Amino acid sequence: MDTPLLNDSDLHFLLYEFLDTEALLARPRYCEHSREVFDATLNTAKTIAEKYFANHNAKGDAHEPQFDGEKVSLIPETQAAWNAFAEAGFLAAHHDFDDGGLQMPEVILRTAMAYFTAANIATAGYGFLTIGAANLIHTFGSPEQKARFLPAMLDGRASGTMALTEPGQGSALADIKTSATPADDGSYRIRGNKMYISGGDHSLTENIIHLVLAKIAGAPAGAGGISLFIVPKFLVNDDGTLGARNDVALAGLLHKMGFRNTTSTVLNFGERDGAIGYLVGEPHQGLRYMFQMMNEARIGVGAGAAILGYQGFNYSLNYARQRPQGRLPSSRDATSPQVNIIEHADVRRLLLSQKAYAEGGLALCLYASSLVEDARTGATETARTNAFTLLDLITPVVKSWPSKYGLKANDNAIQVLGGAGYIREYPVEQYFRDNRLNPIHEGTEGIQGLDLLGRKVPQKNMAGYQLLRAAINATLDDARPFDSAHALAQTLATHLHAFDQTTQQLMARLAQTPDATLANATVYLDVFGRVLVSWLWLKQAVIASRQLDQHRTDLPDVEINFYRGKLQAARYYIEWELPEIMPQLALLDGANSRCFDMQDAWF
Amino acid sequence: MKILVAVKRVVDYNVKVRAKADGTGADTANAKMSINPFCEIAVEEAVRLKEKGVATEIVAISIGAKQSQEQIRTALALGADRGILVETDTDLEPLAVAKCLKAIVDKETPDLVILGKQSIDGDNNQTGQMLGALAGMPQGTFASEVNVAEGKVKVTREIDGGLQTVALNLPAIVTTDLRLNEPRYASLPNIMKAKKKPLETVTPADLGVDTATRVKLLKVAPPAERQAGIKVADVAELVEKLKNEAKVI
Ligand SMILES: Cc1cc2nc3c(=O)[nH]c(=O)nc-3n(C[C@H](O)[C@H](O)[C@H](O)COP(=O)(O)OP(=O)(O)OC[C@H]3O[C@@H](n4cnc5c(N)ncnc54)[C@H](O)[C@@H]3O)c2cc1C
Ligand SMILES: Cc1cc2nc3c(=O)[nH]c(=O)nc-3n(C[C@H](O)[C@H](O)[C@H](O)COP(=O)(O)OP(=O)(O)OC[C@H]3O[C@@H](n4cnc5c(N)ncnc54)[C@H](O)[C@@H]3O)c2cc1C
Repeated sequence: MDTPLLNDSDLHFLLYEFLDTEALLARPRYCEHSREVFDATLNTAKTIAEKYFANHNAKGDAHEPQFDGEKVSLIPETQAAWNAFAEAGFLAAHHDFDDGGLQMPEVILRTAMAYFTAANIATAGYGFLTIGAANLIHTFGSPEQKARFLPAMLDGRASGTMALTEPGQGSALADIKTSATPADDGSYRIRGNKMYISGGDHSLTENIIHLVLAKIAGAPAGAGGISLFIVPKFLVNDDGTLGARNDVALAGLLHKMGFRNTTSTVLNFGERDGAIGYLVGEPHQGLRYMFQMMNEARIGVGAGAAILGYQGFNYSLNYARQRPQGRLPSSRDATSPQVNIIEHADVRRLLLSQKAYAEGGLALCLYASSLVEDARTGATETARTNAFTLLDLITPVVKSWPSKYGLKANDNAIQVLGGAGYIREYPVEQYFRDNRLNPIHEGTEGIQGLDLLGRKVPQKNMAGYQLLRAAINATLDDARPFDSAHALAQTLATHLHAFDQTTQQLMARLAQTPDATLANATVYLDVFGRVLVSWLWLKQAVIASRQLDQHRTDLPDVEINFYRGKLQAARYYIEWELPEIMPQLALLDGANSRCFDMQDAWF
Repeated sequence: MKILVAVKRVVDYNVKVRAKADGTGADTANAKMSINPFCEIAVEEAVRLKEKGVATEIVAISIGAKQSQEQIRTALALGADRGILVETDTDLEPLAVAKCLKAIVDKETPDLVILGKQSIDGDNNQTGQMLGALAGMPQGTFASEVNVAEGKVKVTREIDGGLQTVALNLPAIVTTDLRLNEPRYASLPNIMKAKKKPLETVTPADLGVDTATRVKLLKVAPPAERQAGIKVADVAELVEKLKNEAKVI
């Protein structure tokens, strides 16, 4: 039984009903595009994903990358996938026409990427990293750097990495040790060790462009002393051909729980005379630049987590429809046929929660992508600023909510399969293992909580928070004409009231007792996520209610069922999972300090 | 050399089509639509002939509702040069389709017409052959290999007993079988380029084709559900059941 990749009807719904993606065609940047172009792009993504990515998802997991001391080898299907991805134009798609790109909107590309992720998240990683690294060079690199490095990264001859983490430093990058010494020719010599670097070595491409964080001697202490460097595996000549091997060595591969077909590397920079690196932009601004890439990468992580949740949901749903086991509690007839387990209410609970997490998570990430788009190409300065402010606020949640609940969805998929869920002969345990990375990389869940409560909510006098509340209030109003959606809106409104009060209290305490207040930041992050996702489910419920109200008689059955499913998932989430914030808010309101006060020695 | 390829808009092969409850047809409302897989193979073959320098122009034709433009655009993104839509809201039967194609063949005078051997909705397997008769052109159906050389096209055909190769004088008609090639996907730059390629729209009336239906549809019903298997004790019982219950021997 193959797992279908996502759900075309849902993607269509999210793009064209939940979001107004067609409205982008009115923006000057997209006047060359059309709905047909968008749909054809998604079709190509799906075709390639089915043919070149899905074929080795399990195989890449069973045969992890090998390093023989000289060369890294991957299963050969990985190369075919990379080639198809690059040749179809996905590496270059979002760049300007003038730079050889296609000016494809962010949200369309994010949706196209969703197919690759669904088919094989580990192999898709190489493309993601390369797109992100090329974006960074494109935004902050000099014209000379762009001309030297970008063409190969856009056509697939070179891939990219982001090299931040070191053996000694992960969450706290301010204390990294990698150093950069100026050389006479204006370049730098980089020395230090980097760890966990995804795609740090492989032979899919003739070159690898590392984007490395390092400190220039004499730089100020802390985050304000970190600079960003381009450090290619092979130097690139003026005419684009490859030059000498740079002083970047693979110390070894790391052996992971999941995500195995993406190489995870330990890299040594400067074992000999120092790796040649080129400073990007201004000195000491590196972390700020890198954050631009990380903010996009964070939406990507959230999306990856939601999509793995989606795949587990798809598989377990099909399984539940076909697995006969037992009878309903009311059945007294031992000779009656067994029912398929989808008939059992508890199995439907497991499936409905997965639907709420997977579709809710994808909705969240596509909404965030639409904000990325609006921040860039929105019609007015205000529209652009507001989109940016709102996006900045919710980014920690966009990263962490799907990472937590996409994983929980996979847990529930395993449960639906019973024994079959636990064994490697079925795909769902791999989804779980792959997904377990997402709460860790790109800033752990704990770090996201601190970022949200400590920085994003208070910043600019809570401007982001006010924008979000206004947007939620607008949906509460939209729900009014429809009985079913209005009932949900009322439940949400009650919880919002409590949420607002707690947020105000926390803001007041933040300045006086920062440590004690931020001690419960992860709880606040979870509350925030539940509220945000409840809103997005309410939005979906409003659309579904409108369709069901206005077209009950002329819609085909499949569509009626689709909208009923949306409405039911919204009800489940808002009635079952939103109210769980009440005890969480009580912990926050009372500044409960059980964890904060716990002493090392008491363990 | 000019090649004409026919492309049909059909329900995507992944969609599980159900019969309408009243038996009047298949329920395809809002189903995902795609280019017929055999037509996709036809386009691919034409594009390969162009890449080899054999063909100079590829014209993609679709006959059907306005939305069939999407399938023409797909063909254009795969490498066809221009498109012609014969727009009609009636569901045409193979004969009417063949007559439309004949009218376009007269106008365009292609050297080769490539079609799918059948479309996966009607499964008729007639259009290519009918076009051959109407246009007086030789036909190589169920092609698994196509070679053009010296004013002839050699077509290897998949037939019951194996493979048969025929040599046809040009202009000729080829209908594709599954193993002819593996179609490419449309790259994103080519999708954008396809938007700018010319697409002309005509109607069957413009072509002087009478589209009246000649076949009466009586009923559409789902196939009978497969019954659960049973175990038999011995061969005698098997024969008995085949004879008297299944009535197949
Ligand atoms: C498969 C994989 C791929 C990766 N890919 C890359 C890559 O391509 N490039 C790259 O640069 N890095 C990469 N990483 C590294 C990743 O970003 C780090 O693992 C992550 O940032 C956490 O750092 P750490 O592992 O050092 O954990 P630590 O920072 O040691 O954290 C350990 C625990 O302490 C908690 N903690 C730490 N500091 C605080 C604090 N101030 N307050 C509260 N809690 C805290 C964390 O939340 C966590 O629970 C990858 C990691 C993995 C596993
Ligand atoms: C590693 C491992 C070791 C094992 N060792 C042994 C062993 O040594 N000996 C042995 O005999 N067995 C063993 N088992 C089998 C194990 O006990 C079964 O997997 C377990 O009982 C579940 O049965 P199942 O896998 O057939 O799932 P199913 O019964 O098909 O259940 C699938 C899903 O449907 C739900 N469901 C089923 N019926 C109902 C119902 N009536 N109402 C509501 N929900 C329902 C289940 O809760 C589950 O979520 C082992 C399994 C594993 C994975």
